[in-house]
Amino acid sequence: MNLLNILDKLSDDKFFSTETSRLGSLKSFSEFGKKAAIAAVPLGLGSMMATSAKAETTSSSAIAPATALTDALQLALTLEYLEDEYYATGIAKAGLIPNADRVVFQQISKHEAAHVVFLKAALTSLGVTPGAKPNFDFTAGGNFQPFTDYQQFMILAQAFEDTGVRAYKGQAGNVASNPGVLQAALQIHSVEARHASQVRRMRANKGWIELKNGGNMPAATDAVYAGEENVTQAGYNTSTLFGAAAGSASFDETITGAQAVAIASLFIA
Amino acid sequence: MEKQIQVSSKGLTLDTNRRNFLKLGGVGLALAGLTLAGCRDDNYQYMGPEDPVFDLGKGDVGILNYAYALEQLEADFYTKVVNSFYTGISAEEKQVFTDIYNHEVIHRDFFKAAITAAGATPTPKLEFKYDGIDFKSRASILATAKALEDTGVAAYNGAGKFIKNLDYLVIAGKIVSVEARHASAIRDIINPGSGDFSGDDVIGANGLDVAKDPKDIVAAAGAFFKTPFTWKEQGIG
Repeated sequence: MNLLNILDKLSDDKFFSTETSRLGSLKSFSEFGKKAAIAAVPLGLGSMMATSAKAETTSSSAIAPATALTDALQLALTLEYLEDEYYATGIAKAGLIPNADRVVFQQISKHEAAHVVFLKAALTSLGVTPGAKPNFDFTAGGNFQPFTDYQQFMILAQAFEDTGVRAYKGQAGNVASNPGVLQAALQIHSVEARHASQVRRMRANKGWIELKNGGNMPAATDAVYAGEENVTQAGYNTSTLFGAAAGSASFDETITGAQAVAIASLFIA
Repeated sequence: MEKQIQVSSKGLTLDTNRRNFLKLGGVGLALAGLTLAGCRDDNYQYMGPEDPVFDLGKGDVGILNYAYALEQLEADFYTKVVNSFYTGISAEEKQVFTDIYNHEVIHRDFFKAAITAAGATPTPKLEFKYDGIDFKSRASILATAKALEDTGVAAYNGAGKFIKNLDYLVIAGKIVSVEARHASAIRDIINPGSGDFSGDDVIGANGLDVAKDPKDIVAAAGAFFKTPFTWKEQGIG
């Protein structure tokens, strides 16, 4: 289907400059059946949107790689590769996921696979070759057995989702220069948060993170939750009204790219 | 002598350079303090424009006021929910609604503080209406909560690109993921064990959640707002 047709149509749109035709190389988006999906096309085109909120970037060099932007997308791609392979492997493993839970993990898996496709296309559209998928070791050197022990599968799923939420948020400043990429990153970020809430609740946790307690998580995942206990937001004390647990839970925290890489690296062979 | 304090309904039009905005906010606050210091006593009054309809403002102030308005709506709704739970509510549902109520009230008060700290005028306390919503009905409350949380997610996702100050952008990110966690929980309570927590009605085939621009959000949530407001910069009102 027909991304090229859609791009062709969009290229006549007043919102895009004549340079849009450069994006004819953007080929690998899988489906654009809905109007909502079309809205995502400006990813990578955002810096050329003539009427965008940050339209200051209109020079002919708009397609030149901006390292911070594409580095952020490469990091996101690594995390999505990890999640995608993790869920695909878990779903394929006979007897691992109880029937009652399969629908949930199939839904999550579907999204992670789509995120991989999306981010690869985004990087390509920005003139950067998407990084190759790493070789993953989901046992983290023999410390976890997620594909034979369902509880461990759930633990790592929760850790990956909560990490993803923090990691995307941490890259906000690096993608803000491109409104299209920023919005798409936010749109992925909230999907990760929906996933995280669901997996947490399946593990009899709250959907949100109170203090730095992951919720029945092994100490090996402490790095995922370190800092979530923060109750100071732009000088406002969020613990004043209902205490520190509610205050900390009402705002999720960021992690840096380095922190995200450190967590992901545990699972890269 | 009666002092008049002219309260701008337009918000700040200061330099909205990302890095300087917070600092400039501090300057604005200091200036406001000086103005007030000029008042000899409490014998002053606010002088708004003839038409009292509040405009959310320009630049980041407008965004903050927009978020503040939406958080006021959510906080108001959940306050009503927790003050009179629907019939037959389970302990788990009570916990979820109480937590969400706490979070939304915190968000609301955070934005009021943040706008004030930026030297700007927060939206007045808004009033809301809930036509057709039955606070005694589990189905009605869950459906409304779902709509509000999904709307919150779409609103923050769509507003991010308008935010100039990176600190505010990160704050918005910290809040939107909590709204998404709420949405997921409410959706799963409505239809447990299904894919609805991140259902195909909100997540596209490309794996992206909904993002809506402010005018679309205000159009969608407008029925809840009893107090009118405008946001001319975004073509609202």
